[in-house]
Amino acid sequence: MLDLLTGFVGELRAAGIPVSLTEHLDAAETLRHVPLEDREAIKYTLGASLVKSSTHWPAYETAFEIYFSMRGPDYSITGEDEDGDGTEPEDQEGSSQPGQGGRQGKGRGGGGGEGMTPEELADMLFKALLSANPAMVQAVARQAVDRYAGMEAGRPVGGTYYLYRTLRNLDLDKVMDRLVAQARSAASTHIEEGDQEHASPDVALTPLEERLLRDEYQARIDQLRKEIESEIRRRLVADRGSEALAKSIRKPLPEDIDVMHATRDELVALRKSLAPLSRKLAVRLARKRRHGRKGPLDFRSTMRHALSTGGVPMDPKFRYPRPSKPEIIVIADISGSVASFARFTLHLVHAISSQFSKVRSFVFIDGIDEVTGFFEGVDDPAEAVHRINTEADVVWVDGHSDYGHALTVFWERWGEEITPKTSILLLGDARNNYHATGAWVIKEMKARARHVYWLNPEPRAYWDSGDSVVGEYANYCDEVVECRTLRQLERFVGELA
Amino acid sequence: MTSDTTPVERPREEITSGFPEAGAPRFESIDAVRTGLADVQYLADDGISGVVFLADRLAKPVLVEGPAGTGKTELAKSVARLTGSRLIRLQCYEGLDESKALYEWNYKKQLLRIQADSGQSWQELEDDIFSEEFLLTRPLLEAIKSTEPVVLLIDEVDRVELETEALLLEILSEYQVSIPELGTVRATQIPLVFLTSNNTRELSEALKRRCLYLHIDYPQMERERAIIETRVPGISQALADQVARIVRSIRSLDLKKAPSVSETLDWARTLVVLGVESIDAEQAKDTLHILLKYRSDIDRAAKELAGLDTTG
Repeated sequence: MLDLLTGFVGELRAAGIPVSLTEHLDAAETLRHVPLEDREAIKYTLGASLVKSSTHWPAYETAFEIYFSMRGPDYSITGEDEDGDGTEPEDQEGSSQPGQGGRQGKGRGGGGGEGMTPEELADMLFKALLSANPAMVQAVARQAVDRYAGMEAGRPVGGTYYLYRTLRNLDLDKVMDRLVAQARSAASTHIEEGDQEHASPDVALTPLEERLLRDEYQARIDQLRKEIESEIRRRLVADRGSEALAKSIRKPLPEDIDVMHATRDELVALRKSLAPLSRKLAVRLARKRRHGRKGPLDFRSTMRHALSTGGVPMDPKFRYPRPSKPEIIVIADISGSVASFARFTLHLVHAISSQFSKVRSFVFIDGIDEVTGFFEGVDDPAEAVHRINTEADVVWVDGHSDYGHALTVFWERWGEEITPKTSILLLGDARNNYHATGAWVIKEMKARARHVYWLNPEPRAYWDSGDSVVGEYANYCDEVVECRTLRQLERFVGELA
Repeated sequence: MTSDTTPVERPREEITSGFPEAGAPRFESIDAVRTGLADVQYLADDGISGVVFLADRLAKPVLVEGPAGTGKTELAKSVARLTGSRLIRLQCYEGLDESKALYEWNYKKQLLRIQADSGQSWQELEDDIFSEEFLLTRPLLEAIKSTEPVVLLIDEVDRVELETEALLLEILSEYQVSIPELGTVRATQIPLVFLTSNNTRELSEALKRRCLYLHIDYPQMERERAIIETRVPGISQALADQVARIVRSIRSLDLKKAPSVSETLDWARTLVVLGVESIDAEQAKDTLHILLKYRSDIDRAAKELAGLDTTG
């Protein structure tokens, strides 16, 4: 067990979760107190000593599933009869029977499930979701993986591939529509009492009810998806062993996700962690500003106060330093390839705009537009960022990035407003579609502004490859920073303020 | 803050001697924690009960994080109620310092003592005024000195400055407080310590390392329904179910501030008081302001939930 724990801790560290020695010891101590057969308890108690941040929890959970997967409880629980928990009246006939069959077919190649036709499986899935019986959902997940994932021993593909295959075959969107349609017809035909949810007198579903039902089914489908995922994982572990698998499906922490290549789910996670991140950054910066207030000796004030002690300067007075707040101009490329990165940066910069004396934002693709106004009077930057995508006038000719044109127009229209107090942030991958670079604008900016920084969301190795011309701009920038993850972005913005 | 190796050349060094022994465990098993908490009307999930159990066994403090209003403070209170301990609470805020968290010398009283000259030598007098009689205990010292069982709640620990956090370290890991003039005060019993944080800033590694970590998130729908049923007297099952569902739907929206558990409970209570049997869209719209505290959120939720327009 201790070996296993050590391996587990090693995996957590490899995934980027900092686990100190004392925490490791605590975890070992934990195992003495918690009954080993209670897997959930082990998971939470180990987590309590090993994981000290909620954003790390998903990564921890994945690692835990892998390392302690074979010790899971036996899933062949003989469930109680389903007809008791009728959320829908229709599910009473016959739902218990296929459920039973599914559960028997649990072992690979075992029993009843093998011979099921796709239609039967789809039907079973539908009923499982309708009745929300966890055992049945599990059985369906198992069946679906059996049938659709097409898993082969020793094949070096990640779990996502299998997951995708299974989900595509199940076609959950269609199932969802069917569930809702079912509920609708149930509400209109079923006037019998005793059904607690649809006891409303109206015949049709009100929008509110429909919405609630939809969410309910969505939650169940998510549950199913999770179930399928862990089922696939279990089998992969059985096939390849935990160490190898852990490496291949390690989940990056939200702050380490590559913004440019994030999946939709990852983007959601990113957006969620952005709000607390910017809040923390703002607090930290404000604190930094207040801190260490002693400036140089204020001779005049010291002498003035010395009058009360007969001219003897008993109490030296110091000048309060007034750190100048930089003025920021953000110029962001919001073309498809880097859009999410630009959005995150704009969000972050505006969230901490109190730390700057002024923030102005411009966005471009091949045309350029000022969007500062979108952020004014809005207390939630996310809203403004959303408006940018829909309202900003950034297309000049064809909607492909043209840095040269955008920069030239910027210089002509707003170049005058750059002062020696201004710091300019340029965001983009500098993939210019082989247009003129307009690098002279950067040179002019540099001459006028305090700093010019370029944030590039691409990995450094890709710079200046293909149509990327970041090198030409880099000649005139103070610094070109690789900003692929939120962590890098946060660090940069923190230093800027 | 001085460590306990500070040379203290005084006759009465230790108020209580001996390293704090871990007392008899408070809880039998994880399930005992869960049922116990349920008895005092706190519905714990696997994570919560497991961590509370472990905190007792390992004699370690628990750092509880999570969104506002999910029952972090309530957990500490409930555990106190469950174990029949006294709850000592330290509310953290910016500018909290040693004299408000740990202890303070009662200067006025010391001054009086010096003035009321009783012919003692200076040495005796000094010993006298730096004795326990002149010590004002603050929550942390209070929790350590207490002989009866204690639950110590350090609320919103993320509000203190990073430097002030260091004040807590000694007490959290050793259960002792060092007072330079007096010696080291060790705990006679190990208090259960809960620290709560709203995560407005990253806590220091040193603090986190000493604690067990518990993240309390918004509850699952089923658990929330159960919470509503236990906490709101006189609510019908159907209504509780409906409330829990609506709240879940609202939380899935992209809002500025998702409704917390306590707001959900307020809402459920309101509905009970209004005598609502089953929520329809109209009533939901009229009472949404209890659940949500931003105008834009309310509009959004009303629109999303029922295709309603609150402006009309």
